[in-house]
Amino acid sequence: MAELELKNLYDDFRDGATIQAYAKLIAQDAKKLKKPINIMEVCGGHTHTIMKFGLPQLLPENVNFIHGPGCPVCIMPKERIDHAYVLAMQKDVILVTLGDMIKVPGSNGSLQDARSKGADVRFVYSPMECIKIAQEHPSKTIIFFAIGFETTTPMTAVLIEQVIKLKIPNILFHINHVTVPEVMAELVASHNEEGDIHDHEIDAFLGPSHVSVISGSKIYDVFPKEYGKPVVVTGFEPVDAMQGIAMIVKQFVEERCALEIQYKRVVNHKGNLKAQNLINTYFEKSLFRWRGLGDVAESGLKLRAEFSAYDAEIKYDAILPKEEIEDHKLCICGDILRGMAKPQECTIFGTACKPTSPIGSCMVSSEGACAAYYKYGNLI
Amino acid sequence: MTKTVTLAHGNGGEENNELIKKVFYKHFKNEILEKSEDSAVIEGGRLAFSTDSFTVTPLFFSGGDIGKLAVCGTCNDLAMMGAKPKYLTCSVIIEEGFAMKDLEKIVQSMKKELDINGAMVVSGDTKVMPKGTIDKIIINTTGIGEIEHKGISASQLKEGMSILVSRDVGSHGATIFSAREGIELQSNLQTDCASLYPQIKALIDANINIVALRDATRGGVSAVLNEWSKASNVCIEVEEATIPVQEKVQGICEMLGFEALDLANEGTYLLCVPKEDELKALEVLHQTHKTSAIIATVTQQYEGKVILKSSWGTKRFLDLPTGELLPRIC
Repeated sequence: MAELELKNLYDDFRDGATIQAYAKLIAQDAKKLKKPINIMEVCGGHTHTIMKFGLPQLLPENVNFIHGPGCPVCIMPKERIDHAYVLAMQKDVILVTLGDMIKVPGSNGSLQDARSKGADVRFVYSPMECIKIAQEHPSKTIIFFAIGFETTTPMTAVLIEQVIKLKIPNILFHINHVTVPEVMAELVASHNEEGDIHDHEIDAFLGPSHVSVISGSKIYDVFPKEYGKPVVVTGFEPVDAMQGIAMIVKQFVEERCALEIQYKRVVNHKGNLKAQNLINTYFEKSLFRWRGLGDVAESGLKLRAEFSAYDAEIKYDAILPKEEIEDHKLCICGDILRGMAKPQECTIFGTACKPTSPIGSCMVSSEGACAAYYKYGNLI
Repeated sequence: MTKTVTLAHGNGGEENNELIKKVFYKHFKNEILEKSEDSAVIEGGRLAFSTDSFTVTPLFFSGGDIGKLAVCGTCNDLAMMGAKPKYLTCSVIIEEGFAMKDLEKIVQSMKKELDINGAMVVSGDTKVMPKGTIDKIIINTTGIGEIEHKGISASQLKEGMSILVSRDVGSHGATIFSAREGIELQSNLQTDCASLYPQIKALIDANINIVALRDATRGGVSAVLNEWSKASNVCIEVEEATIPVQEKVQGICEMLGFEALDLANEGTYLLCVPKEDELKALEVLHQTHKTSAIIATVTQQYEGKVILKSSWGTKRFLDLPTGELLPRIC
């Protein structure tokens, strides 16, 4: 049997001829649409793919994208970024987090700023690195500032499991994990309220597939059934995205409304049960305050009460800010995250707010809509 | 600009340029410096003069070490102005407690690389700092070279010219990043770190009309193309499918969310030649690396911008890399 090569994982999914063939198919089918359709790609990874590979340039005028709130860094409210900053500035604390999180500005600055003031802030690719850091620095408290959707939650759960099993005394957790379906439902409801202009109405969803690798496609069952919105769980390569869009357009042409999986090579209906069990062992659902969207019931996760000894939010409760902090007056990240505005509608986009001097969180993360527009599409 | 210097100011991209312009150029302002070439051309175009400081974690990596880097870096900056590296200075700042055998190993690899360039260290300095005040070792080298091909400049690109890359891109950045603490990917990837003077000499000997040369160090190929498009006020149109990237480098980029074009190289350069010289130049480049390729054409479509064209007919801007390189979250 031929060995699986790394390039097999992406090469064919960037094939120019296949992408063009899907563009043609979508254009043909789109002629039969009775009205224009707006597809929300919930996930920031999809926003990135769509902009990086220039997919809007290949789509007919009556197929539009609305960018969703699926970027874990962008949706973090300012007061929680301030939590990270305050914790990082504590003597004897090493604050560990993932990638772009260190760049988002809170009201005192970003974690990068904290680091330049002497705080020990580290980013890791795998949360399991925390164990090594904790063992190398026994006199320090390691706080893992956990962020991300269903995709990254199991990694945090495994870390907690290991911390307990190995009896590591100096790792605490600040949990900011959120879940997709609750916020999708919230968006459908809020768009319906404000949806007198068709521009903002969500007609269908491109479902984030990496989330479904963990949770299964079952988490979206409710959307076609109860809200009348088709969902196609789609992969992140350009061929995947184009096929996913073609599947959505086809549903409209055939007047169907269903949950379908484009990313069949990895996603099934039930998902990864082992990972789901692990998440349920350590976490329970809770209210989460989203930047731009406000409080959404049951859209976040927190550590179960029996693991509160590991909860940095409880241990450092006295010093963590609680008040909601307003965004910069001119920043419209909130509207962008709700899919009510596009980056170029913001008056400070590309002028006062750039990746090098971000004002809003959507300009910070490589998965943020503003950053993707600035990087890949600022003039074309 | 921010109130304090951040790591992003050292990335070779936009913040780095801002720091140089707003602080250093402001005070040191002079005609030679403002040309902002890889090395300064002095003494009526006879000599090239350049300096560079080196710090890298880890100090020893697959295919090289900080010593090799320190000689290659400065000699390559000279070679990029068509100069033969001749005399170098070497200034070393060492952290107290540094292992003597590691120091010896570093200096040995410096010597080996000097021999490849036919250059020598003629002056030096050492300082030792108390433990914890610097990260192990910092090496500065400054070099003088004799110019053998005059008139190489970033500001002379014209419509119709061709741009070539000397080999596959991004292997140094990918090697260093995958060996970093917190990442530690297993791979047998090697840095491209190499002295480029012998390759430039081959181009000169083959009578190639070299318009511009630049090694794609920090900020990678993206940075060089952007610097050229701005310095010459032209548009550079890159065919994405022609850019050579090793599969392992691409794999690391896919995992961590990077672009190979943004990653640093230490022995890879871009070459701009008139269209009629492109095949002859490619033939010379192929003698060293079979992966070298013609990747871009100079046009006037969007002046001062670099355009990346996909094989399926879409296009986008290729910007200067910004910020600190951080792995993606999911």
